[in-house]
Amino acid sequence: MPPIVKIEDLHKIYDSGEVPVHAVRGVSLDIHQKEFLALMGASGSGKSTLMNTLGCLDRPTRGRYLLDGVDVAQLDKNELADIRNQKLGFVFQGFNLLSRTTALENVELPMLYGKRKMSSKQMRERAMHCLEIVGLAKRFDHMPNQLSGGQQQRVAIARALVNEPQVLLADEPTGNLDSKTSIEVMGVFQKLNEQGITIVMVTHELDVAHYCKRNLILRDGVIVRDELVQDRSIAEIELAKLKEAETAAKLLAAGSPAH
Amino acid sequence: MPRRLLQFLLPAAVGALMIALWYGIHAWLSEDLRFLLPTPDAILGAFREHGAELARATLNTGEGALLGWLLAVAVGFALAVGLSLSPLVRLSFYPYLMILQMTPIIVFAPILVLWVGAGLKSVVIITFLICFFPLVVNTTQGLISVDRNQVELFRLYRASRWQELWLLRIPAALPYFFTGLRIAATLAPIGALVGDYTAGSSAGDGGGLGFQTLIYSSQAKYPALFATAAVTCALGFLFVAAVLALSWAALHSWHDSYERNDQ
Repeated sequence: MPPIVKIEDLHKIYDSGEVPVHAVRGVSLDIHQKEFLALMGASGSGKSTLMNTLGCLDRPTRGRYLLDGVDVAQLDKNELADIRNQKLGFVFQGFNLLSRTTALENVELPMLYGKRKMSSKQMRERAMHCLEIVGLAKRFDHMPNQLSGGQQQRVAIARALVNEPQVLLADEPTGNLDSKTSIEVMGVFQKLNEQGITIVMVTHELDVAHYCKRNLILRDGVIVRDELVQDRSIAEIELAKLKEAETAAKLLAAGSPAH
Repeated sequence: MPRRLLQFLLPAAVGALMIALWYGIHAWLSEDLRFLLPTPDAILGAFREHGAELARATLNTGEGALLGWLLAVAVGFALAVGLSLSPLVRLSFYPYLMILQMTPIIVFAPILVLWVGAGLKSVVIITFLICFFPLVVNTTQGLISVDRNQVELFRLYRASRWQELWLLRIPAALPYFFTGLRIAATLAPIGALVGDYTAGSSAGDGGGLGFQTLIYSSQAKYPALFATAAVTCALGFLFVAAVLALSWAALHSWHDSYERNDQ
């Protein structure tokens, strides 16, 4: 099976400032279906540029990027937008939910744009299905301010899923979440990945990257390390451990002699 | 003492104290100067005496204020949407908006009377001119202060310009819009009063509160002047209360400025 993402000797040079910035200097990368990849690196390492290229937000200066066999460099602005809508889903650090709008309507939004092909009933059903996948179907009518940070990010993941993308791109998806909620969100990603979705995420947290299957480290615009994760963390198990520890702590507190 | 009780008791106590002070000052003034500060019961007397006149004038001014305010809302909102479209449009039009805002209404009034004649039309236009600026400025600010990330998300999914405006910018601008609406609501009765004072007319169903102010002061009916002030104040409260209710209805379910208790 050909890789879903194929990058060959990719370069990106930003020319807007006084000095041209060579942000990505020759990256080659194959990502196959059902991979779960973490992109790591310090700021300035080129990981955001690489992510923007993967997201068809930016065209490479040099090199080739094939997304599901389509050469992205050849596409014009509208075609780029179309391929984004068909093949990619986006999750951000800041959730980016519309505040006036219920969870369900937020999930429906990506279907409203471009050419409309679905009835509103179909859209509703599909959005509801995506909320079920992330475990928030019961809260479909909640506004973002009635949801916790982790729940908001799950709504954002449901929104990214609604156009049935092949690849999910997540930019620091746990950056605004506490550690326990981060594990919950990683659990959602792991579940989606098992169901066949390819996931690429940027993170700077090593323990978060440990939930992925493959870790990539960038430095100065090149890949300096590319390895499969050994002893991968499984969210379900980690959450169970946390719960056990909490219960133990509570028992200990209750059992301590009163003065 | 519970806070809730204090909330009523304290202002009531201050009010009572002020009324006492008021009577005190009135008594302390020499006989020939007492007309300067009519007592509260004298003002109540003026209400009884001029009640019908004041009620009619209040309705008249209220009508001018409401129409001018509504006109300002409609025109202000449309203009704000236009201004939000591009920085170039804002750059081109802002100086003229400023000029319009800076020119005192007193100067406009006689010109307006020449153009459209004294009466309700002039009053509505003057109210409109006073209310319109805060509405435009606040709403425009709201429309362009949308979270950059949200805009990028909309462009990412290739939403149309129209969807971006309707689904993202207008809802995000609502809190700003309501701030403008509230400022305009405090200005509307004042605008109508000033309009009536400078370009009102007693023709037809009689003048508004501004016109009555002129009449009472020229006739030295000071208690009636104080009564007019009280009515104007009440009219202002009415306008602001209506806007607060509107803004609560529009925002409370999703905006953070309203605390939620149902979580």
